[in-house]
Amino acid sequence: MIEERFDAIVVGAGPSGNAAAYTMAKEGLKVLQLERGEYPGSKNVQGAILYADALEQIIPDFREDAPLERHVIEQRLWTMDDTSYVGMHYRSEDFNEEKPNRYTIIRAQFDKWFSGKVREAGAVLLCETTVTELLRDTQGRVIGVRTDRDGGTAFADVVILGEGVNGLVGQRSGLRPELKPDTVALAVKEMHFLPREVIESRFNLKGNEGVVIEAMGTITDGMTGTAFLYTNQESISVGIGCIVSDMVEGGRSPYGLLEAFKRHPSVRPLLENSECKEYAAHLIPEGGFNAMPDLYGDGWIVVGDAGQFVNAVHREGSNLAMTTGRIAGETVVWLKRRREATSKENLAEYQRRLNETFVMKDLKKYRRIPDFLHRNKQVFGLYPKLISAAAQTWFRVDGVDKRTKEKQIFKALRQGRTLPGLIGDAVKLARSWR
Amino acid sequence: MHIVVCMKQVPDSAQIRVHPVTNTIMRQGVPTIINPYDLFALEEALRLRDRLGGEVTVLTMGPPMAEDSLRKAMTYGADRAVLLTDRSFAGSDTLATSFALAAALAKIGQEFGVPLIVFTGKQTIDGDTAQVGPGIAKRLGLNQLTYVSRIADLDAAAGTITVERRAEGGVQVLSTRMPVLITMLEGVNEIRRGSLDDAYRAARATVIKWNAADAGITDLAKCGLRGSPTIVKKVFAPQARAEKVRQVPTTDLTTEALAATVMAEIFKCQPGLESELMRFSAGQ
Repeated sequence: MIEERFDAIVVGAGPSGNAAAYTMAKEGLKVLQLERGEYPGSKNVQGAILYADALEQIIPDFREDAPLERHVIEQRLWTMDDTSYVGMHYRSEDFNEEKPNRYTIIRAQFDKWFSGKVREAGAVLLCETTVTELLRDTQGRVIGVRTDRDGGTAFADVVILGEGVNGLVGQRSGLRPELKPDTVALAVKEMHFLPREVIESRFNLKGNEGVVIEAMGTITDGMTGTAFLYTNQESISVGIGCIVSDMVEGGRSPYGLLEAFKRHPSVRPLLENSECKEYAAHLIPEGGFNAMPDLYGDGWIVVGDAGQFVNAVHREGSNLAMTTGRIAGETVVWLKRRREATSKENLAEYQRRLNETFVMKDLKKYRRIPDFLHRNKQVFGLYPKLISAAAQTWFRVDGVDKRTKEKQIFKALRQGRTLPGLIGDAVKLARSWR
Repeated sequence: MHIVVCMKQVPDSAQIRVHPVTNTIMRQGVPTIINPYDLFALEEALRLRDRLGGEVTVLTMGPPMAEDSLRKAMTYGADRAVLLTDRSFAGSDTLATSFALAAALAKIGQEFGVPLIVFTGKQTIDGDTAQVGPGIAKRLGLNQLTYVSRIADLDAAAGTITVERRAEGGVQVLSTRMPVLITMLEGVNEIRRGSLDDAYRAARATVIKWNAADAGITDLAKCGLRGSPTIVKKVFAPQARAEKVRQVPTTDLTTEALAATVMAEIFKCQPGLESELMRFSAGQ
């Protein structure tokens, strides 16, 4: 047992745990952070895009020494069928700003850097230390944690759980139910190495400019999911993820999907001659607002993936993690300053503060989307095919007059989905999006 | 009793790669670990301390980032850590390394008590020379016991130690007077996990950092590249020698027939083996 008593124990050294630990340690609180991995980042997997704003709120001058790969100047959104993609690309010189808005990063490096800041701020980090359970007093209040090390208990006024998507501590302690296969995606990712110049010429980049591709369509074989391709300085991150229940039903393997995506004629040339050096897989909580567990209780707060804080539609997660971690930290600091207890009643302030941020507003706005996508698989199979066929009809010059082409396109759409189907889907999507 | 364990931070050989063109080791981005052989030395030192009392100091020479390895050693339970770090040590071969470490050990003796045992691993996995341990012993005039597989007995009152040493053709049981330098063999124990208290103490401990002057080294010509007569003439990646799996087609599936087919194939691949075996069995 560690004799000293802490103001807070943070479980996990990912973006949410680091944000919470940093925020509290910087304000002079006594913070113990526990990470099961060999070092922060060793267990963490993400695409990965860093959204600057969320980190800026915590470490304003992070750009000075954080390990950043490329700042994103071009976003490509692709709808793919087996041989084509229809894309929307947005590229702007405005993204070459003094303080860029989004960066590609490599999480193993980034998390190490973030953790260094946390320790500089005064938190004590113990790695290779797994929290096995929460300790409670006779009233059921959480008063500390037990770890897998000998003599492994430590006590604190509050335990902040940033333990990630499959947070076993919270599950075991009955704070939240086990993950359900239909609210969690399994994503696989590879790192493909290429010389800098090759990446820059292939993607039309200079310096540290970067491109992000997000793709959906027949690549997920009718399952709810998306694929991505991000440019790093000397590597390309490529991956694909689908809802777990869909994969189980279809008997599909994630690496099979990734292989197919990499072989797609639109993707293959981008990866040509590269060397794959890393392979990783991770779960992503995609249940959204409706799948969120309790976020606080007597002596505990949940932050990051453990609280299902992911906006699947916009591929945002780490920024929600950092923001929830920061606000949890600020809440605890605020209570400490007022010399108030970390009771459930007082920690409700965390939820109140979160409700005022984009985190809760966005998750609430999109609360119907997971269900919509679950019930409308045509979004991932039929529509990409129809859109691609329409584009091909439109762009192919073959002596057919344009009016006939228009008719062909609308006929194909009606045959594919029927007019009521098309209208119904549009209405359903609009309602879910609202 | 004071025990010092000398360790080295090395690149994780499981993840190291050789550059296909320049033949040099690509260290960039390769994670570092404590030289695995040194962990057997550390565990043995910790066991002696737990049994007999005293302190374990870990010592390493290396760049500032080697502090991570020392801190990790403290997580396992070491009481004190000393990092010998100075630009003038860069490029040291085994001669210069043992010079610097011997100086630091003498200084540790002055500051924290003369160690009765200095441990090292039998060798490092990046240099593979097994020279630094004996080099230290020679410089400090310590009795040396290399390739030790077990510490059989330690008589603190009499100042003697008895160990088992794995040698060609058997195990030697050796006794000598302390102070002594021991290089530990692999597989003789398993490094402990370290309690939560040890981990907490290690996270907050200050690693003692000494440069050449702090360690009492005045003759810098014996340090680093200048003090290293070893010259690397050539670096090359060895040719892969292993052959791929070969399938031997056969129709007769009885055990004897399968064995005979396999043996015939082996003899075909290794001419001379058959006659050698015959000679050997005739000799018996």
